[in-house]
Amino acid sequence: MIDLFGRLEWQELKLLEFFHDPSIDTAVASGAAWMTVVAAIAVIAWITWARRWAWLWNDWLTSVDHKKIGIMYMVIGFVMMARGVFEGVVMRAHQTTALDGGVLSNEHWAELFSTHGTVMIFFVAMPFITGFMNYLIPLQIGARDMAFPVLNQISLGLTATGAALTMISLVVGAFETGGWTAYPPFTGADFDPGPGPDYWVWAIALSGFGSMFSGLNFAVTIYKMRAPGMHFLRMPVFTWTALCTSILLVFALPPLTVACLMQALDRLAGFHFFTNDLGGNMMNYANLFWMFGHPEVYILVLPAYGIFSELTSMFAAKRLYGYTSLVIATMSISVISFCVWLHHFFTMGNSATINAAFGIATGIIAIPTGVKVYVWMATLWGGRIRFTAPMVYMTGFFILFVIGGLSGIILANPAINWQVHNTQFIVAHFHNVLLPGLIFGIFAGVHIWFPKAFGFRLDERAGKITAWLWIVGFCFTFLPLYFLGLMGYPRRSAAFDNPEFLPYMIVCMLGALMLMAAFAGLFVTLWVSIRKRDELAVPLGDPWDGRTLEWATSAPPPPWNFAMIPHIGERDAFAREKADGRPYVTPEYYEDVHLPPNTSAGLIAMVATTAFGFAMTWWIWWLAVASVLGFILWYVVHSFREHPEVTIPAVEVERHHAAWVEAATLNEGVTRDDETNSRNRGRAATDMVVAS
Amino acid sequence: MAQVDGFLVPFGPVAEAQRTELIWTTAITMIAILPVLVGTPLILWWFRRGNTKATYRPQWHFDTKLEILMWGGPTLIIIALSIWLTQAVFRLDPYREIDAEMAQGMNFEITGAPVAIEVVGLDWKWLFIYPEEGIASVGEMVIPVGRPATMRLTTDTVMQSFMAPGLAGQIYTMAGMVTRLQMIAERPGTTVGENTQYNGTGFPAQRAPVRAVPPEDYARWLDNARDAPALDAETYAVLAHSGDVAKAREDLDRPGDGPLVFSLADPRLFDRIVARYRRGEPVEPEAQPGSPLYRPDRAPLPEVSR
Ligand code: HEM
Ligand SMILES: [Cu+2]
Repeated sequence: MIDLFGRLEWQELKLLEFFHDPSIDTAVASGAAWMTVVAAIAVIAWITWARRWAWLWNDWLTSVDHKKIGIMYMVIGFVMMARGVFEGVVMRAHQTTALDGGVLSNEHWAELFSTHGTVMIFFVAMPFITGFMNYLIPLQIGARDMAFPVLNQISLGLTATGAALTMISLVVGAFETGGWTAYPPFTGADFDPGPGPDYWVWAIALSGFGSMFSGLNFAVTIYKMRAPGMHFLRMPVFTWTALCTSILLVFALPPLTVACLMQALDRLAGFHFFTNDLGGNMMNYANLFWMFGHPEVYILVLPAYGIFSELTSMFAAKRLYGYTSLVIATMSISVISFCVWLHHFFTMGNSATINAAFGIATGIIAIPTGVKVYVWMATLWGGRIRFTAPMVYMTGFFILFVIGGLSGIILANPAINWQVHNTQFIVAHFHNVLLPGLIFGIFAGVHIWFPKAFGFRLDERAGKITAWLWIVGFCFTFLPLYFLGLMGYPRRSAAFDNPEFLPYMIVCMLGALMLMAAFAGLFVTLWVSIRKRDELAVPLGDPWDGRTLEWATSAPPPPWNFAMIPHIGERDAFAREKADGRPYVTPEYYEDVHLPPNTSAGLIAMVATTAFGFAMTWWIWWLAVASVLGFILWYVVHSFREHPEVTIPAVEVERHHAAWVEAATLNEGVTRDDETNSRNRGRAATDMVVAS
Repeated sequence: MAQVDGFLVPFGPVAEAQRTELIWTTAITMIAILPVLVGTPLILWWFRRGNTKATYRPQWHFDTKLEILMWGGPTLIIIALSIWLTQAVFRLDPYREIDAEMAQGMNFEITGAPVAIEVVGLDWKWLFIYPEEGIASVGEMVIPVGRPATMRLTTDTVMQSFMAPGLAGQIYTMAGMVTRLQMIAERPGTTVGENTQYNGTGFPAQRAPVRAVPPEDYARWLDNARDAPALDAETYAVLAHSGDVAKAREDLDRPGDGPLVFSLADPRLFDRIVARYRRGEPVEPEAQPGSPLYRPDRAPLPEVSR
């Protein structure tokens, strides 16, 4: 007989755990499960009540518009971040009480750091950068869409699959407990037969395919779809960083996916890749994982560097200093990032020569990174700096990121690394580069491009307060961990026995509360801004006196981005047009625009792969087979169907474009003094006195 | 409990050298980052939009001298750090036994023959075997001041990482494999022999004091251990079962608390533990300590020939 539910049993439902065995620990577990379920029901109910299903389906879920897909990535990122931040705060609360114990069970603590790390890296940071690249690449290179719009939607679907599986693990069963790295043999079947590692394996493997496809798509888009005249050395710096990240995605994700699938074979089919016995060797896993893992940190941080490059020049009202240096630095970082992975296990017993070689390689990668920081400082030098919310984030980034860089250099020295590896020093280090580096960059970017995407600015005051909260909260939460690490306190510890640690823990706890407030601050900012959206509206599309092509469109841009594909004569094309006093021109004639039609490919992929991942986790074999066969079948049928392009007639393009140009021309524009008040409608009276 | 101030309060030359590394690396790197820490606020303030005295140079975008400084400065610093780092890695290599040459180079004294220690990582306790002394200890490692400890390490469960921060850095321990670590204490002191690689719910409990004591105390400790019950294969099978030291005491019916000592029945115990995973045949979960299915009676250790 077919086993309908595999190894899934009723007790696995975490909703009931608390009622069987009431304690703080089960309250947190069941509470999280209930929260997930209730939130899901609430969203569904709201959509139904507001009669938004058709809108959601037609305008978003089946859309292949890169802008919409980008925004949906951001939504996934923020939803998952809510969970990640919450888990972070719970962990900090636990550790504050952890002198010889703690409020949570050790098992639950392990699940928390594992899900927190996995969620933050794969389902917060990755969607954030993928979202930004999606939104910005075509706009910055003067294209109408990605090279492969449907594949783009499928990538989104696969990312959503991974996120969904980690959310399902909150309600059904349990997640893995071996950290975001999931090192075997701890996660092998001999030591953890349960569903946890399987959830991890399938969430990461399936979403990994999505990320790799995104990389391919972005790289091809940048190679093939740049507007005429946009040579590589005329591309905006963000696009450059996006290109490098895409290349890294294509080369770095496969080792991870392969390592996951090898783990799956170990767990399900009795293979011995990473087991203790029969020649299995976890060192192979460590190598494969970090062959992905190190490039991954640059995958995440390069686009943020791109954002910081754009924003320094934007808010200093100045041309970027050292464009070529930045490009060379970005490229060399991408290449070297594949040559340093061993620094994640200097402690594995490698020969001194190997340790030294990788230590030096790691040092070398700091050179281009250092150059970047100096380039940004030089960009600010001689500018007319407006201290807007994005600049607050940037200030925090400059000061804190170099501290992260310092701890990176310290860790690159194997002799010191042997002492601080696996301690809180590492926890401090990677949060130090991920928060100020990546997350601050993303939030600064949200401030800058939100008006482009939605047609109104974010409230400046709320934004600034939030930014400061992030900075101060970060310092409190993570800087003390450096000292705990130097004192030898291991990471992932549910308890400690040294009363001297307690004061540090309390400071961290305060910081975590600030970070929670900062996270809430993002939504307060959004709320305030939505309420004031008429006052903050910038329909003309250029609120910050931008320099690159995306600012030469209305806000939000039409689905076809550009009425006519622009011809590019130099770098910072839009800045030049404004300086020359000839922005907003209407072309001599308009043409029909052809766009790809909506499709449910991404959704089908998501449903099928989520079912597959769930089935493989719980050994529901019929469902695994059915979901794969179903997907293949759908794909075959789908490819035989006709896919009529959507044609936007020239008159409609003209109507939209002419109306926008007229509005822009009628508006005399605001100087940067009025940038943040309601006079700013998105027409910039440029600040740049341009000598040529 | 014990001193857990890590390598910032070292009592052996290896950890002391590591602290020196930390200080110097930080100091040298400061050359590169101080300009950012100081310069950023100043630039932001001076070039603020409201300051009419600052010169505005919107088109300034390149300066050869500045480029040379930007690329050259970090490059020089990294070259310096690399030389520094390479020396340290070779000098402090955990596989390099502490000998007279090292003592001379690093200016410390060796007052006796090396002590061989074999470390087995268990869930969630450390087993220290002194094969030449015929004793073993669980939950505490003792070494005589002035004599190098030359250690071989493995695990009989998942991967772990052994570190005694006051004396030396860490090294991973992996099943079926042997890694190495060296340390020496210059003066009496206590640090914690901790596992830093997460290995399950008992992880935070896997912390054994590492004590460096004067030779007389060491001899007394050894004598005491030689009188303790024997660690033979059966006892080991029970000891290896998941649980902390207190649980082991219970299982072995050795009431009391704190670390456990044994006389060593089989001086090749360590090699047999390593050999468990190298027989070319599957090791069932029932035979793997640390697995939830582990059954001591189903986990015989293989014999090893010399
Ligand atoms: C916003 C507030 C945050 C708080 C309060 C927080 C807190 C924590 C804590 C307490 C841990 C466990 C440390 C330990 O092992 O002892 C941790 C681990 C981790 N965090 Fe965060 N974190 C935050 C944000 C982030 C962000 C934004 C990212 C990444 C984008 C991130 C990535 C990670 C990773 C990768 C781990 C390692 C998990 C593991 O050990 O496998 N965290 N965090
Ligand atoms: Cu790395």
